[in-house]
Amino acid sequence: MSLNDAGRRTAAGRAAGVRRMPDASRIRAVLEAALLAANRACMLLLVCAFALPFAWMISTSLKTLPETMIFPPEWIPDEPVWRNYAVAWNSGPFLRYLLNSFIVSVGILALQMLTIIPAAYAFARFRFPGKGLLFGLVMATLMIPAQLIFLPVYLMLSEWKLLNTHLALILPFASSAFGIFLLRQSFLQTAEELIEAARLDNAPEWKIMLRIMAPLARPVLVTFALFSFITHWNDYFWPLVMTTNESARTLPLGIAKIRETEGTATWNVLMAANVMLAVPVLLAFFAAQRQIIRAFVYSGIK
Amino acid sequence: MPFITNRLKPYAMIAPALAVFALFYLYPIGYMIHLGFHEWNFISPDKTWVGLGNYREMLADDTFLQVLRNSALYTVMTVLLATGTALPLALWLNRKSAFHAFVQGAIFSPHIISLVSISLLWSWLMDPEYGLLNGLLHLLGIGPLEWLNDPDTALISLVIVAVWKSLGYNTLVFIAGLQSIPPELLEAAALDRSKPWTTFRRIILPMLSPTLFFLVIINLIGSFQVFETIAIMTQGGPVNSTNTLVYYIYEYGFRYFKIGYASAAGVMLLVIVGTLTLVYFRLLSRRVHYR
Repeated sequence: MSLNDAGRRTAAGRAAGVRRMPDASRIRAVLEAALLAANRACMLLLVCAFALPFAWMISTSLKTLPETMIFPPEWIPDEPVWRNYAVAWNSGPFLRYLLNSFIVSVGILALQMLTIIPAAYAFARFRFPGKGLLFGLVMATLMIPAQLIFLPVYLMLSEWKLLNTHLALILPFASSAFGIFLLRQSFLQTAEELIEAARLDNAPEWKIMLRIMAPLARPVLVTFALFSFITHWNDYFWPLVMTTNESARTLPLGIAKIRETEGTATWNVLMAANVMLAVPVLLAFFAAQRQIIRAFVYSGIK
Repeated sequence: MPFITNRLKPYAMIAPALAVFALFYLYPIGYMIHLGFHEWNFISPDKTWVGLGNYREMLADDTFLQVLRNSALYTVMTVLLATGTALPLALWLNRKSAFHAFVQGAIFSPHIISLVSISLLWSWLMDPEYGLLNGLLHLLGIGPLEWLNDPDTALISLVIVAVWKSLGYNTLVFIAGLQSIPPELLEAAALDRSKPWTTFRRIILPMLSPTLFFLVIINLIGSFQVFETIAIMTQGGPVNSTNTLVYYIYEYGFRYFKIGYASAAGVMLLVIVGTLTLVYFRLLSRRVHYR
């Protein structure tokens, strides 16, 4: 009722205004268009604050060393020096690093899937003594970051002679409280009737879990997989602490190490290496922007 | 028999995950507390019991007190800037259009690349002699600034990098929060001709408070653990002006091999993070509006 009234009132008001000043609406339209354009221009300025550093990285990676030492800086090198990429790639065992990164990220993800699916299923679908306590325990580990426990874990892994192995980089992340939490939420939403029907058909529990529940939770699993893979692909801290030689070192460590082999001021080579590390991830991001943003943002709050 | 296996089934399903958490999260914390009461150089077979000795030594160490101050200062500045700027940005960018999606994606992009990339890139941007930042300031007739090389500006330079990295994430979380506000509420406010500021104060801010608290705590905990940018960009210097807790622990553990002392410092970090978490849940259960 009141909605209709308000609608009529503003419509009437607009009609009256137009009758009184025929140009007013046109001026207003022009003003609004100008405002919109200004708004968009400001947004593009904001985008520049994030795009320019990346553009600068690519520009530097194609310069000669003397060209990096010009002040004020220039954006376009005389002739692009692609050799910087070869120098960067050959400055260390980068194939090894790349392979290690894959082994570690994929290994972590595979083990996480194996541990979080049954755990989330049990927390969502069973009642058992101690359930609340155990779930609280799992959630408590969400608040324990790697930076808090690296020292004792390092000592343990050293005792087990696992330093400098892939296992040292994989095992501590073989499960994920965050993944269990996300997946449990999703399992809780699955319709009870589906499960009851399957149980009446005498389907074994593991079949219900893998054939009915897991496929229904696929979007959540994909979201978690993206999150986990990107996080561990990018990780620098854990491999830095747990490795002392090249055998298990990952890509981020290799890139950071170029400063030692090529010198701290060879910014053209360093930025070429940096492009190799960052640009594939950025391309993947722009290809699957919505999925990835959901993986990081929406999963964090729901 | 099937009765018993049925009752054990959920435990068996949880067991692998729990084993990982117990072995790599819970046990290490106990081990760290234990080591904090000892003196040990990692090589000798014996650990010497020193009681609270490590803690007494730490609190008497000027460097440690500076490290605490640096961590607190870095954290407060990062959280204030990163969440304080993200909220107006979110209100500004909260629209569903291809253009807005593009802008949101652009400001989010630093969040998904490695901190190694970000640290190297910003070391170069902040290069005092040939860096782009001084180049831009030069256009405005300012500078050159020393950025990471000056004890007075090094910490704030690291804050700038942290804000640049996390601003997009914070903004997008705020936008997700904004979009979960029931549209009826905002329509009702519009019908009542509520002023934008009043709508913000009375509707948007209260509805957004769980998001705000979530972001503040995530940023607080994250900032207290800053390591990568410091390890790559400053190594704690110049003259300890950017030495923070995790880097301090790392140095004492892996450079000076004072395992007991480093563990005691780790316990201090645990206490800080634990307190922040408890405060968060307290506030959350008491004050924050829930739908």
